[in-house]
Amino acid sequence: MLRLNQLEITQGTFRLLADLSIPAGEKIAVIGASGGGKSTLLALIAGFIAPKSGQLIWQDNDITDLPPAKRPISMIFQDNNLFPHLTAAQNVGLGISPALRLTQEDHTKITSALDRVGLADMATRKPAALSGGQIARVALARLLVQGNTLVLLDEPFAALGPAMRAEMLDLVSELVSEIGATLLMVSHAPEDAKRIADQVVLVSDGIAHVPKRTKDLFENPPTAMREWIG
Amino acid sequence: MARRAFTISPLGLWGAASAALLLFLTLGTLLAVAMKAEFTQGLGRADISALCFTLTQAFFSALLSVAFAIPVARALARRQFWGRQILITLLGAPFILPVIVAVLGLLAVFGRNGLFNQTLAMFGIETVSIYGFSGVLLAHVFFNLPLATRLILQAWLAIPSERYRLAQSLGFHPNDVFRQIELPMLREVVPGIFAIVFLICTTSFAVALTLGGGPRATTLELAIYQALRSDFDPGKAALLSSIQFALCTLAALIAWYFTKQQSTAAGFDRVVQRTDVNTLPLRMIDASVIAFAAMFVILPLAMVVERGLSGILTLPSVVWVAALRSVVMALASSAVMLALVLPLALIAARRRKAWPEAVAYLSVSASPLVIGTGLFILLNPYFSPRDLALPITIFVNAAMSIPFALRALLPEVRAVEATWSPLADQLGMRGMARFRLMLLPRIRRPMGFALGLTAALSMGDLGVVALFADPDAGTLPLMIFRLMGAYRMEQAAGAALLLLMLSLTMFMGFDRGGRQNAAT
Repeated sequence: MLRLNQLEITQGTFRLLADLSIPAGEKIAVIGASGGGKSTLLALIAGFIAPKSGQLIWQDNDITDLPPAKRPISMIFQDNNLFPHLTAAQNVGLGISPALRLTQEDHTKITSALDRVGLADMATRKPAALSGGQIARVALARLLVQGNTLVLLDEPFAALGPAMRAEMLDLVSELVSEIGATLLMVSHAPEDAKRIADQVVLVSDGIAHVPKRTKDLFENPPTAMREWIG
Repeated sequence: MARRAFTISPLGLWGAASAALLLFLTLGTLLAVAMKAEFTQGLGRADISALCFTLTQAFFSALLSVAFAIPVARALARRQFWGRQILITLLGAPFILPVIVAVLGLLAVFGRNGLFNQTLAMFGIETVSIYGFSGVLLAHVFFNLPLATRLILQAWLAIPSERYRLAQSLGFHPNDVFRQIELPMLREVVPGIFAIVFLICTTSFAVALTLGGGPRATTLELAIYQALRSDFDPGKAALLSSIQFALCTLAALIAWYFTKQQSTAAGFDRVVQRTDVNTLPLRMIDASVIAFAAMFVILPLAMVVERGLSGILTLPSVVWVAALRSVVMALASSAVMLALVLPLALIAARRRKAWPEAVAYLSVSASPLVIGTGLFILLNPYFSPRDLALPITIFVNAAMSIPFALRALLPEVRAVEATWSPLADQLGMRGMARFRLMLLPRIRRPMGFALGLTAALSMGDLGVVALFADPDAGTLPLMIFRLMGAYRMEQAAGAALLLLMLSLTMFMGFDRGGRQNAAT
């Protein structure tokens, strides 16, 4: 279980409160109006910004003060997920060793991860020679070798068309289930949330609300949610 | 960011060492100079005339450079013609051109038996002399007209094309366009550019050494050199150095004041289509301005090639040895520069500190001869400065390149940090791994440029090396200077061509190296 224990974030005049729990193995969508603090919440969980007060607890361990890489977290950003000067395999390899010191066994792992996302023959290509969808797949392959139990997606695959994005979301959902991880995805598209999320955290009015079942929330949306969907 | 206790990181140590060395070279040597300066001795008549000459020539050099640069920049901004891009690139060449090479080229065009005087003689007009005040001005304009042109052109091209379209739809005459659109831009950028050229000319040494001299054309830098080298008077050299430093600092502050408000937004280098300037007289004016500027830059260079071709193959072996020494020293300077600038750029970008930039730009107001005098005073009691001439030259040249190198590198390092540090943090890339896998591959281009610039500047340096070096174990520029002094002009011309080729090769080699396979 991921516990956000009375967390408070302030950035200038902006303030966000979060006091909620996310059950392990669930797939959660974080939604809300832009500028409302969705991405800030994710950055806090990932360790890029420190809270003013409160604790972040994962499986009974306080991870509030850990640097990003020491947290059991894999993250996929909106863009810039692959280094352009490294090959697909090297980019995946960074998930195993940040200095790219890889053993034979590691290479086998990388190959099978790339194979799993359908890029077995693209290992030596650099991002410039890959399509947008393939780039997303390489990032997902890295997520597999990292093997972390918490997966964060910050408005992922924004550069892809609707069909391709849906395909990627399905793949993410499958992979997360395979490794038994918990997923938190920031999204500005209601259809993305409906597609893969079991539960939804609504961020509005400076508060990250307690997660609700996706189906319930969309069938009976609160005011803030209705304003957001339009 | 996780809260972290204050620790001394390897990067912090590296940056501190780099800053310490730069501070020693700039302020440390200044302190030595100030302690040694014999202020009570007062300024002699020669010293005052050196100060006056420095100020006068710098003022007129800046005035002429900027005055000519404005019409050239205007023509380049509003005309599209074949070779325009080549010409703009060529205008960048004087910056990396060894001074001694340019001087030989200018002598070939404007010297006693040069093209210009031959033409004058043909029409029975009295010939002009390139030595003294006019020669120093000519050389300074040769170096700074292209620089000023490029800077003004940038500002010109940054004017939004909508303003020109609005002017056209309102039926503006070209004069109205100038008054309403272009003059305000010029009023904003010209004082800063004037101040930059003035600053550059106040530290002029090699030009004054070769074309000036004597009581009426000696700059402070040249006077420092003579005080140390001919009169063996460190106290006098120190006094002059103090004045020189004060002058440079003042000039640098003025330049900084005028340039700080300017936005450095680079133009898109797109020529605005203008129908209002398509009249025949305006086209002829622009064409002749462009032709003049092109000739002014190209002719001396062409003459260096033409005069040097016959001499280059028969150069004595001492020249080749000097060339080899120069190449090795230029490479060493580049390496030292990189070792000094990288931690400064990283600390400035990653920790958002301002001091690395301040330290780097200190060497703008320090001149090589002042640094050299300080080092001489500090080292002389313990070592023979002559023995340390080459290492000193390597470090001084590296330090003098730091402001340019940091200017090229810092924006890129900042961009890399901003774009890629979340991913690198998330993956736990730290220390050397982060440096090797994240930073270096992404800053190859500006790094290649900075290395090439440093190599070319060091290759052509005729400053601190002249102060220290044993004439028989000197660099190629020093060798050319000696050949000129001995009136072995054919060998000097051959050696100058060799120096020109080596400088350009080194600059282009590094610059290309940075671009090639530059990770996309």
